[in-house]
Amino acid sequence: MAKTDSTPSTQEEPEADAPAAPLSTAPTEDTGQAVPGSFGGVRQPGALGLLAWSGREALGWVRWTWRQLTSMRVALILLFLLSLATVPGSLVPQTSVDAVKAEEWRGKHETLAPLYDKLGLFHVYSSVWFSAIYILLFVSLIGCIVPRTWQFVGQLRSRPPGAPRNLTRMPAHATWHTDAAPEQVLAAAHRLLKGRRFRTERGEDAVAAEKGFLREAGNLLFHVALIVMLVAFASGQLWKSEGGKLVVEGDGFSNTLTQYDDFKSGALFDADDLDKFRFDLDSFSGSYERTGPQKGTPRDYAAHVTYWNGPDGEPRKATIKVNEPLETDRSKVYLIGHGYAPMVSVRDGQGTLVFRGPVPSLPLDSNVTETSVLKVPAYKDKDGKDSDLGFKGNFVPTLDLKTGMMLSQFPALDNPRLVLTAYRGNLGVDAGAPQNVYQLDISRMKQFTDEDGKKFAQILKVGDTMKLPDGAGELHFDGIKQWATFQISQKPGNELALSGAVAALIGLAGSLFIQRRRVWVRAVAGEDGRTVVELAGLGRSESARLPEELASLAGALQPDAPPAAPAGADTDPEAPAEPSEGARA
Amino acid sequence: MILAAAANENLAHISNVLVYSAMAVYTLAFLAHIAEWVFGSRSTVGRTAAAITAEAAPSVTVTVQKAGQGGGTAVLERPKVVTRSAPGSRDVPDGPGAAGTSEKGDLYGRIAVSLTVLAFALHVGGVLTRALSVERAPWGNMYEFSTTFAMAAVGVYLGLLAAKKNVRWLGLPLTTSILLDLGLAVSVLYTDSDQLVPALHSYWLWIHVSCAILSGAALWVGACSSLFYLFRDGYEAKLAEGRDGDGAWGNVMSRLPSAATLDKFAYRINATVFPLWTFTIIAGAIWAEAAWGRYWGWDPKEVWSFITWVAYACYLHARATAGWKGRKAAYLALVAFACYLFNYYGVNILLSGKHSYAGV
Repeated sequence: MAKTDSTPSTQEEPEADAPAAPLSTAPTEDTGQAVPGSFGGVRQPGALGLLAWSGREALGWVRWTWRQLTSMRVALILLFLLSLATVPGSLVPQTSVDAVKAEEWRGKHETLAPLYDKLGLFHVYSSVWFSAIYILLFVSLIGCIVPRTWQFVGQLRSRPPGAPRNLTRMPAHATWHTDAAPEQVLAAAHRLLKGRRFRTERGEDAVAAEKGFLREAGNLLFHVALIVMLVAFASGQLWKSEGGKLVVEGDGFSNTLTQYDDFKSGALFDADDLDKFRFDLDSFSGSYERTGPQKGTPRDYAAHVTYWNGPDGEPRKATIKVNEPLETDRSKVYLIGHGYAPMVSVRDGQGTLVFRGPVPSLPLDSNVTETSVLKVPAYKDKDGKDSDLGFKGNFVPTLDLKTGMMLSQFPALDNPRLVLTAYRGNLGVDAGAPQNVYQLDISRMKQFTDEDGKKFAQILKVGDTMKLPDGAGELHFDGIKQWATFQISQKPGNELALSGAVAALIGLAGSLFIQRRRVWVRAVAGEDGRTVVELAGLGRSESARLPEELASLAGALQPDAPPAAPAGADTDPEAPAEPSEGARA
Repeated sequence: MILAAAANENLAHISNVLVYSAMAVYTLAFLAHIAEWVFGSRSTVGRTAAAITAEAAPSVTVTVQKAGQGGGTAVLERPKVVTRSAPGSRDVPDGPGAAGTSEKGDLYGRIAVSLTVLAFALHVGGVLTRALSVERAPWGNMYEFSTTFAMAAVGVYLGLLAAKKNVRWLGLPLTTSILLDLGLAVSVLYTDSDQLVPALHSYWLWIHVSCAILSGAALWVGACSSLFYLFRDGYEAKLAEGRDGDGAWGNVMSRLPSAATLDKFAYRINATVFPLWTFTIIAGAIWAEAAWGRYWGWDPKEVWSFITWVAYACYLHARATAGWKGRKAAYLALVAFACYLFNYYGVNILLSGKHSYAGV
């Protein structure tokens, strides 16, 4: 091989030794000398020579790294690393999947948690090391598919290569003699192969054919689709928005930031991007298993809503179920949870109605035992003194009649009860600090007591009234409404991801099920004047069903080239027409 | 309403009886397969060893008889397709199968296959009655998944047998693992037949779970093939070195298909199932998008299906990479199948996520 300046002068295969060689660019001597183990080759004297050498050296390393990265071996290692790196995310609770569980875990493992935090084990899938692996993998992928695409384009433009001299050396071949003229056999073979959608090339004494180009096309499509899916996933993460909202029957939600109970969004999300729609929760229904070991297991939930698409949209009715979100223009509304809200009205010591509405209550267990908290800030006692009133207690949809415990026995409203105790004092709601509506701060409040000095509490049925001691006011249990929590999400890139996935699937099927193979048919006049027909096939990919296909081709060719015993042949007709194979190998 | 419930309980009971009967018949099939191997051991000692020593030449021709155009007067000779194996492969012929040349062994083998067919029929009945009793796809919990999984695995095996593939050797490992799987299902994982939680009310249950089951069943066949490839490859390597391949182990190995055949079979199965497994994950993602508001959320089940997918992708790539073909790729296939198994048992039992239904 002629050496030029641009090729490493000391080695033919840089991959083999380069990594082990020390890489030094320190100017030792400015004489022209070959630096062994380098890409730079001969270094000419002078600064210019050093510069040129360093440039060649750097370029060599870049090319070496690129070749390594895009090699199948490194891609394989990266794939393997990717699957290994995915594992910890399923073993350590992830903040992005279940923040509460991750916090709990942190609390339980005080020594490990800081270490895990440093390693990013609570957010594996956005950690530096996980990202590094998949980014390298995708760079490697791109570095692989770009040259392969060019190669493929070249292959598409080229013609099938001519028949090799010795067809019997091919992995599968068949031979027979016929009385038909070689021209006629070749024409028939050409027709046959064309009819079977081979690319064909008619040579002098043979027809060359190739088929299965879609395999490589499928392969490329699959890998490109993977990139598309990655892009879709990334854009979904960047522009997504996702928020939760609790809506009581009869109330509504309109899609603006201030209406959300909680809200998460991607880095590039803009509040103006929120889809303009609103909906009212007309009613909610749930059904539960009544008997058997799974008694109480929910069977069906349905939220019946009226919604308006856009600010001036027409009202439309819809039902949101667990697997059937409501789809507006760009958002989806999912049903996440549900519970009961006791409706109460509160009158103060003066007899004025100071509150009427649902009491937000949070479910504690699968039978929907709930904690209820009601804060009534604008309250006057019977003497007209200003103060705050607070109620705290539990709600059960089905009271256990035997024990009377405030622990629900069934999630449906079979025998609902509300137990409440009351406090007066300062709720602290005027302090300006945001408060949790589901928690009552009783640090500056005093619990009501009855005549005997016992803590005051009462169990209420719907329609019951709880009179506070000393005419301090009363609470009337008006009824029960259900509430549902919804997740409203807007995720651009979903369609792109789906198209990517479908394309990947099609590409995968093509690349695994289509076999690329070449077939040659040669027909020449034999020594006895009869025509010798030779068929041979070469699979370009693994597990090609070549023999079967060749047999079928030979069968289809026979009407045009009927087999005839070679003149003077007295050999066993079942033996291969060519003499012993082993002898030639 | 009450009547309907009674009928359902009745059906569920019939289903249990059928599954237990299927297990009993699988046990008989298992014993018949043992008999097949035992009788076969007396006939074939050294067959492969003899083949290897006799045909030391690197290239051997294997002829594939093609069905000719029958009846024509002009047909004097039917063209044969002559194949030659790729350079570097060992050119060892397939073993004679579990029964060797023993007729008695072969008879037991046939009995075993017939019993497997009978057990399969009972098994299908069991799964169907279960489905009827709950009036939905019978894949709502691990018990139902396991029984259907075993049914699909036997179905794949019988399908391959019906397609005249050389898979009789799979009979013993198949019945063994089916009995293990069903035993685990009826003892540990049993759940009474019942309705589904709202999250499972979707036609995606039919699509996603059936694909997962079918993929798993076929991947199991592929993994078996890879495992036996490793054994047989070790045996052939030993013979090629001129060491003695006798003894009980050699005797069993000599009756298996050749390493090249097993390897190719494993690849074909795994490569065929890989797109199906991909589709399973995609279908799951579409369902997750409808049910949970995101198509991918790194739920443990999602994580492990992804790991399984990547592991099988590794295997497919390894087979196209120099230095990774053969044994290393086979190990990868086994690791990949272990990931599938962990995704089923491990994730459901050890980890908790959104795929936890009906207890487990």
